[in-house]
Amino acid sequence: MNSNKPFWNPYVAGIGLGLVLLASFVLTGRGLGASGTFKHVAAAAIHAASPTYAEENGNIAAFFANPTRSSMNEWIVWLTVGTAIGGAAAVFTARRFKIETIHGPRTYKEYRWMLAGLGGIISGFAAQLARGCTSGQALTGGAQLALGSWVFMISVFAGAYALAYFVRKEWI
Amino acid sequence: MDGPLSQVLKFSFGTEMFVSVLVGIGFGWMLERGGFGRADNLVSTFYGTDFRVVRVMFSAIVTAMIGLFFLDVLGIMPLSSIGLLDTYLPSQALGGFLLGAGFVIGGYCPGTSVVAMVSGKIDALIFVIGVAVGSGVFTLNYDTLAAFQNSGARGRVLLSDYFHVPSGVVVFAVSLVAIGAFWAVGKIEARVNGRVAPSSPAQGAGAAVGAGSAS
Repeated sequence: MNSNKPFWNPYVAGIGLGLVLLASFVLTGRGLGASGTFKHVAAAAIHAASPTYAEENGNIAAFFANPTRSSMNEWIVWLTVGTAIGGAAAVFTARRFKIETIHGPRTYKEYRWMLAGLGGIISGFAAQLARGCTSGQALTGGAQLALGSWVFMISVFAGAYALAYFVRKEWI
Repeated sequence: MDGPLSQVLKFSFGTEMFVSVLVGIGFGWMLERGGFGRADNLVSTFYGTDFRVVRVMFSAIVTAMIGLFFLDVLGIMPLSSIGLLDTYLPSQALGGFLLGAGFVIGGYCPGTSVVAMVSGKIDALIFVIGVAVGSGVFTLNYDTLAAFQNSGARGRVLLSDYFHVPSGVVVFAVSLVAIGAFWAVGKIEARVNGRVAPSSPAQGAGAAVGAGSAS
């Protein structure tokens, strides 16, 4: 493949990820996450378009309750800033940064782009509905042994396996 | 110590945000090194060719779970002192199913898409834009969706509460299930890929979705 350095053994990467999650609990009392940042980004865009609407929307009104602080000045947004920095540091030090589109051999990148956008929209909506994504619900709540997070995690795998057949041309 | 350091040491807002950046750096680093900066390494799990996602995710959960369990049992950091996630079964089940669908259709989940985007993947950049749009669609329709999202609210329910067993039993059971899953996915991979089960779990990165390509 394109990697100049091999990826880590998945168990080593998993234990490392688990230690980062544990450190997060010990340091701040919170787990990991990502979709919350997207909620903030979308909320900021909606607020820019219509401040009144955003400040009265039950899903995001709390973000704008404190007029002295930007709605983006939140722990989850900073965590995602860190995620981008950490990911970039890892990809550059492994010399595998490459501008490309990942897809299977039987399709074209334009088709892949369309499905990437569609999958992103579905995921953004879904993560809001479930109050978290693979990191904010499955990893964080999974380690806490929260009932709902385990139901969420099982449902993620169910949804992915249920749809895999229909998009197989995209990947294999 | 009777809680997370941010409470014990009374972190200022700025310190807490700075610590969040540091935690995020560790998160992004591990995701990238784990191979999650490219979609083929993620979706290969859903075609049975390389269960990297299962291995990384479950070993991460087990590691953090055992850590939290001992911090709680030893009284160093009670579980009740951290932000435990509330349970809403209908919205978590449907949201999870849709997130899984979005995962295999789009190739990423929200966290991994950020790492893939900074790895230069154009598909991840498009996915990231999609997640923000989808998030906005939910917010714009919140009035209609709120009732379903809040239905079945149970508050903080842990598996040990639900099954009426000590938390140590759940920790042990989840660890066993994880080990069983690691064994089972190796067998499935061997069958799907039509070769003998690799003795070393280190395979995978290169073997992911045999035909994965890029353009």
